[in-house]
Amino acid sequence: MLELRSVCKHFGGVAATDGVSLALPAGEAHALIGPNGAGKTTLLAQICGSLTPDSGDIFFEGRKITRDPQHRRVAAGLARSYQITSIFRRANVLDNLALAVQARSGTSFRFWRPVSAEKRLFEEARALAAEIGLGARLEVAAAALSHGEQRALEVGLALATRPKLLLLDEPMAGMGPEDSQRMVELIARLRGGLTLLLVEHDMDAVFRLADRISVLVNGRLIATDAPQRIKENAEVRKAYLGEEAIA
Amino acid sequence: MSWILILEQSLNGLQFGLMLFLLAAGLTLVFGIMDMINLAHGSLYMVGAFLAATLVQATGSFAAGVLLAIAASAAFGMLLEVSLLRRLYTRDHLSQVLATFALILILNEAVRLVWGSDAPLSMPAALSGPVELIPGLMYPSYRLVIIVVGLAVAAALFLLVTKTRMGMLVRAGASNREMALAMGVNIRALFTAVFGIGAALCALAGSLLGPLLAVQVGMGENILILAFVVIVIGGIGSIRGALVGSLLVGVVDTIGRAFLPILFGLFFQPRVASAAGPAIASVAIYLLMAVVLYFKPQGLFPARG
Amino acid sequence: MKTVAAVIVLLVAYPLAMSAVDNLFYVSFASRVLIYAIAATSLNLALGYGGMISFGHAAFVGTGAYVASILFAEGVTSAWLEWPAAIAVSALAAAAIGAVSLRTRGVYFIMITLAFAQMMFYLVTSMKAYGGDEGLSLPGRAELGLGLDAGNEVTFYYVVLGLLLALLYALHRLARARFGRVVTAIRENEVRAEAIGFPVYRTKLACFVIAGAAGGLAGALLASHGKYVNPNVLHWIQSGTLMIMVIIGGVGHLWGGLIGAAALLTLEHLIAEYPVDWLARLAPNYQQHAGLGVGLVLLLIVLFAPQGIAGLFTRRARAP
Repeated sequence: MLELRSVCKHFGGVAATDGVSLALPAGEAHALIGPNGAGKTTLLAQICGSLTPDSGDIFFEGRKITRDPQHRRVAAGLARSYQITSIFRRANVLDNLALAVQARSGTSFRFWRPVSAEKRLFEEARALAAEIGLGARLEVAAAALSHGEQRALEVGLALATRPKLLLLDEPMAGMGPEDSQRMVELIARLRGGLTLLLVEHDMDAVFRLADRISVLVNGRLIATDAPQRIKENAEVRKAYLGEEAIA
Repeated sequence: MSWILILEQSLNGLQFGLMLFLLAAGLTLVFGIMDMINLAHGSLYMVGAFLAATLVQATGSFAAGVLLAIAASAAFGMLLEVSLLRRLYTRDHLSQVLATFALILILNEAVRLVWGSDAPLSMPAALSGPVELIPGLMYPSYRLVIIVVGLAVAAALFLLVTKTRMGMLVRAGASNREMALAMGVNIRALFTAVFGIGAALCALAGSLLGPLLAVQVGMGENILILAFVVIVIGGIGSIRGALVGSLLVGVVDTIGRAFLPILFGLFFQPRVASAAGPAIASVAIYLLMAVVLYFKPQGLFPARG
Repeated sequence: MKTVAAVIVLLVAYPLAMSAVDNLFYVSFASRVLIYAIAATSLNLALGYGGMISFGHAAFVGTGAYVASILFAEGVTSAWLEWPAAIAVSALAAAAIGAVSLRTRGVYFIMITLAFAQMMFYLVTSMKAYGGDEGLSLPGRAELGLGLDAGNEVTFYYVVLGLLLALLYALHRLARARFGRVVTAIRENEVRAEAIGFPVYRTKLACFVIAGAAGGLAGALLASHGKYVNPNVLHWIQSGTLMIMVIIGGVGHLWGGLIGAAALLTLEHLIAEYPVDWLARLAPNYQQHAGLGVGLVLLLIVLFAPQGIAGLFTRRARAP
């Protein structure tokens, strides 16, 4: 589904991404972990298209997408949610989701017919809202949602584009235990139909959800393996501060 | 078309470019560090020129008048910053644009109320004659003085920005404002100082160009556009970019106006040449800007990555 | 809805009332207000709805004005040819300028649109054949055909009013259509709009071009109305004036352009024509310094009431 070959990205003298190669089969839930500053978000940005690698290539479903603009990747089925919630704050939940559905259902160069007439758009948005647990909050302005609800909407927006591959950037960021639990359940529900690439610090979630885990340190992948073996990997334990982190 | 003419026009281009640099330097720092768009920068240039006109007459000395005008403009600029402009730093660009545009209107009318539509400012008598630079090339000594002063100020600015502590803070602020704030720099004082320096530079440019271009209400608007083009070409926040940009713009504009019509006359019929030549000459710098932007959308030396 | 209907009725009845009291000057003045309303509304599309701070909008208005005038001077006097031509050429200019400018962001974009607009100003100034600095005077207004006389102030007013209302209705539909939703989404969160798959650059460019085209129409009407055009129409200070109208009226509100144009032009007219005694005693020449008042009002609005007049009455045009 997704393949990275020796992807490199430098900022000034620093290698944010240093020859990363990775292959994700379809349907896999893959987690990307690593200490802060390891370059996880930079890598995600290159996969989704907001940054271009300096060298190396990225393949999606066999096709090279290394330099494709973001909207073309989205149309091809690659979507991303953000670490810092990035939603349309002034719109309500329904409109947020309807917007994302609109993006992938035909051209938006329509100037006359009101969107409110497109019933199907809003039905899909409603279904999506239910899937992410916001079915009862449709009319609430996004800015008025709780943090956990906003994070759910954040994922919902990415989901609305009906991706084949979903990149989740720290979906659990800033969440308390209850909200995290709900988010884990949400993501678990998604696993069936999608390929997932999950960047997270919450190790509980990572070990519950991931089929395989990759560890990124200083821009390099030092290990890619099943969760149990990653736990036992000496180099990985060294990379994190002390062994307690992965106990 | 003689070499003398080319040399003379090149010197004119250099002179104009250096004066543009004085304006652009202050402007690019304000953009780069405060992330604020200040349309009233041209008005500071105008105020400086008018103040010079009055102070030169009052003191009877060109140099004294100009120096006093610079000091007064710096004070005025800092007063403006403290009382009004600092409220705009956190506002969106549209608000900044509109507020500083309002300032242009207010200052234009205020100047008109105090001085009338224009004020006389003539170059010092001692400098009104030409000087023979090389055999055959007579160049106005006043323009020569402008070039010397411009180069001196540019050098001083470079020293200030690269060698002093304040300069380091300025450069840090230009490339990463949040970082500079986090480092505990007294941002407010720094901003006020930068503004004051910018105003002083504007006043210098206004005073020196006044005898050549006429001191009148609205003089700031036209030169402001050129300063913008310079900054876009040079890169926001970069003094080096401002210098390179201003010299490019100054030379291209001057030489373009002098020689493009002649060049056109060589290749096209007189009727076409006489219409197209001046037209293309007047937009030469904008075409230059478009070309630079095509290859480098952030200018030649952007301060931020 | 009722307010809208009332406003339209007032606008339609106005010239008839003015004719009744034999005051055609105010009909002509109102036409001018409506033309500026079209110009301000076109800017509102790019600025208020699209969030694109284009400081060069006067270039498109001016281009329209010059295209119409040049055609007239060259013998093409029919409005049916002149005005569409003005719209087309302005749209092309907007496409060219927008294509380059929209690759930049923030402060760069503002300065670049400003610079390009000024470039158009200098281009036009150098066209000696069509008046250069002095401008171009025309013997008459564009011919409307259909037995209508454009020289008749009331007729011209209704033509302009019709065009304004058509534009407002089109904008109303556009804002609610798919395109409008994307435009406002981009304005609110460009990064996310791109991330969910909207072609941001193309959408902004289209919005910019539509705004430019409508601006061109305003320019053509302006040239026809005054039977005169001069390069100052393109000067960036004019762009500023249009922006003032938009912000006074209400950025992003449907009626913002009309309210702003009416407010500003009426205010200027009142200051110039009707001396206020106590003000005159304070500053004898105050009427010639109306700019000071406008500047102060603008500054106060920006600092304290950024939503403008319309913002005082309604909520801002909601994001999608």
